[in-house]
Amino acid sequence: MALASTLLFAVVAWFAVTNSPGWPRVQATFFSPSAALESLPDIARGLLVNLQVLVVGGLLVLVVGLGTAALRTLRGPAWAPLRILATVYVDLFRGMPLIIVLYLVGFGFPALGLQGVPTSPFVLGTAAIVLVYSAYVAEVFRAGIESVHPSQRAAARSLGLTHRQTMRIVVLPQALRTVTPALLNDFVALQKDVGLISVLGAVDAVRSAQIQVGQTFNFTPYVVAGLLFVLLAVPSARLADAVTARARRRQQSGSLL
Amino acid sequence: MSVLELRGIMKAFGENVVLRGVDLAVDEHRVVALIGGSGSGKSTLLRCASLLETVDDGQVLLDGEDVTDPRVDADRVRRRMGVVFQAYNLFPHLSVLDNVTLAPTAVHGRPRAEAVEEARGLLGRIGLADKALEYPDRLSGGQQQRVAIVRALAVRPRVLLLDEVTSALDPELVGEVLALVREVAGQGMTIVMATHEMGFARQVADTVAFLDGGVLLESGPPGQVLGDPEHPRTRQFLARVIDAGRL
Repeated sequence: MALASTLLFAVVAWFAVTNSPGWPRVQATFFSPSAALESLPDIARGLLVNLQVLVVGGLLVLVVGLGTAALRTLRGPAWAPLRILATVYVDLFRGMPLIIVLYLVGFGFPALGLQGVPTSPFVLGTAAIVLVYSAYVAEVFRAGIESVHPSQRAAARSLGLTHRQTMRIVVLPQALRTVTPALLNDFVALQKDVGLISVLGAVDAVRSAQIQVGQTFNFTPYVVAGLLFVLLAVPSARLADAVTARARRRQQSGSLL
Repeated sequence: MSVLELRGIMKAFGENVVLRGVDLAVDEHRVVALIGGSGSGKSTLLRCASLLETVDDGQVLLDGEDVTDPRVDADRVRRRMGVVFQAYNLFPHLSVLDNVTLAPTAVHGRPRAEAVEEARGLLGRIGLADKALEYPDRLSGGQQQRVAIVRALAVRPRVLLLDEVTSALDPELVGEVLALVREVAGQGMTIVMATHEMGFARQVADTVAFLDGGVLLESGPPGQVLGDPEHPRTRQFLARVIDAGRL
């Protein structure tokens, strides 16, 4: 039944679009098979750049995000400066649009003309993405850390574990389990946002498509790049769903996890 | 010299003054039962004694050393005490065995094989050897609490602090936990326990101490405090307990 209604809807939508007066033009400029085939190799090569940013950036985001969350959850007056610093960082980069951070980092740093500051759009683009995403992920981690009941900390400390051991052995493993679905969702978002480094001139999938569009005035390469990003995102999205469902089952089985 | 001595412990949470200068000395191999209504400060007193709370005033002495001195490393002091909580507080992401071996290996630096062997021995003694690799949520409340007691004992503490360890249990599971506490006490462990189980306190404790409104009103042998209390507040409290059918 679900399948039948979905098919029916698809068929209706298909006819509505293909019978619209502008369809032949749209088909030629956005869905040209020959243009698609021609652009595919370059775009695929560009996608490798995106994948590199994704892997390097993703790992850095985990480290920086977790570090920031750890700073924000420090207790005691002595840690106030670090706590405030971490809070300001999170507020700033969670509020600022990614594209503006990309411009500021990507064009601002090289303009300083400092020795040793990298000018590669790949490096600067990754840095900007890490700055923004770490702020998000820090909040996810913080929520996870705070979801672990204080009695768990008390039990750990009563055994003589230090604050650091308590975090590493008792709190973080439980927090991670809670936040994995949310982290995977952020990862799916990151997968497409890595395409934004093209604004700095890095020749990634989006930029490759743009170059070909500029040469041929046919927009098909954009569609090709878009579809490649979707293909990339689907497995992670399904994984996120599966993990979320598993977490929910655990909760419903009455487990404290 | 007492193993654990509390001197003039004061503790307030904001406006709420919970402890108003409590003195208590616990000698080696002795069992002290803290009784009193809810809100009388029993739990807070135990949390202060185990350095899970910082006292506002007063001292905690462990083997004669003032461990509330700010120069003392509290982490090192906590290693020498065992605490068991009302809600068990086992680590849900660790197996029963790992719960028990965590402190011996991570805190006391003992070789894992040795810690595992000892933990298995302890679990065997409480009849839970076959549960060693299970996760806590597969155990009953009584089993979890017995594991929590074993976890606290695995660090060979100088003193065991029990905070209403049967209060969260279904009535039919209380017996197995009390039996274990009785056995541990029988082996000579120094114990301070906050409890509502007056019958158990009478049988196992050497001293019963009655806390009321953050003040230790009277303490003495169980026969005296529970049987013939001096203080009218103690008599009122015990009368209420008897009405509730718990003595």
